[in-house]
Amino acid sequence: MHRFANPARFLRIANAVLPWAAGLSAVCFAAGLYLGLLVSPPDYQQGDTVRIMYIHVPAAWMGMFTYSTMAVAAAAALVWKHPLAEVYAKAAAPLGAGFTALCLLTGSLWGAPMWGTWWVWDARLTSVLVLFFLYLGYMALVDAFDDPARGNKAGNILLLVGAVNVPIIKFSVEWWNTLHQPASVFRLGGPTIAASMLWPLLLMAVAFQSYFFAVVILRIRAGLAARRVQTLRLGQAN
Amino acid sequence: MTRKRRRLMILALALLGLGTATALTLSAFRDNIVFFYSPSDLAAKPPGGRTVRIGGLVEAGSLKREGGMTVTFQVTDTARSLPVTYTGILPDLFREGQGVVAEGKLGADGVFTATELLAKHDEKYMPPDVADALKRAGHPGKPGDAPVAAGEEHQTSTLRTNP
Repeated sequence: MHRFANPARFLRIANAVLPWAAGLSAVCFAAGLYLGLLVSPPDYQQGDTVRIMYIHVPAAWMGMFTYSTMAVAAAAALVWKHPLAEVYAKAAAPLGAGFTALCLLTGSLWGAPMWGTWWVWDARLTSVLVLFFLYLGYMALVDAFDDPARGNKAGNILLLVGAVNVPIIKFSVEWWNTLHQPASVFRLGGPTIAASMLWPLLLMAVAFQSYFFAVVILRIRAGLAARRVQTLRLGQAN
Repeated sequence: MTRKRRRLMILALALLGLGTATALTLSAFRDNIVFFYSPSDLAAKPPGGRTVRIGGLVEAGSLKREGGMTVTFQVTDTARSLPVTYTGILPDLFREGQGVVAEGKLGADGVFTATELLAKHDEKYMPPDVADALKRAGHPGKPGDAPVAAGEEHQTSTLRTNP
């Protein structure tokens, strides 16, 4: 991991990955949206409303994925003082918050016609809302200190404390009675979703994932540049 | 190296403590976290006059329209079932054999009077022709019972309740 600790080396690799991630994302979004919204069959129970899934489910996965990687980065920053970890966490936070907001929004739009309600306080919905607030809290906390190092440290601790929420989200539908149904894809015994609907869903998941990589690289680049500007300014002031 | 090791140990211990505390809290509040009770839960722990939510499957063949907007049906968790009466608009997905969550009060006569009805669906997604084919192939019960993946248990997860 410390091989990538050098920002110059990291940037060299990241710049090489960036166009591929962006291209893959564009291709997968085009194919996934076309297949999901136009080609894939309606559901036998839910009809065309099921197409919300192609946005809702990848957004939910990415909300949890982003938070998990940020928590790992927080541990790397606290324990090994990895210089890029904090830059990554700060770069990823608004993306994760965006994915989670999209998941909550599309879930609400899906719940209204199918369940008969926009929102209920069941364990799954509530724990995802907590995830959204964790993102917002982290973003507010890291910028709340005059000394960025202290802000980062506080933010890292918040990220690690909030990490207990990730397994709660995943298993909420199994541990408790919830209105939300259990997992359809990542479950023991294989997916319970027809192949003609699973493929567009996985394409959309790749699209979201590569979009995340492309944008997070751009944001890390900006974060490193901002840090350099700050260092130069401090050097001039002395 | 030793300082890194020490920081790692502190972090691991802190996370372990936090995880344990969370697990204990969540299991202590289990009754408050569940979104609904099954008919068996309700039989074991009568709610008295409180407003509660019950959930389960709408028993096949039990749905009766009482005139106007009132319907009666049985909610079952396969072990026990409970008669429910509801007046109002039914959700789109409400049908026999499908999951349902009802909020209301249990009367002294054992009939649950629901004031709000939510439809619950299971985790299976398939095109209508596949569902029809599975039904024709003689899978028991509603199409939703038919497993898409091979080697899957027949019981729908809508029924899954706390161990």
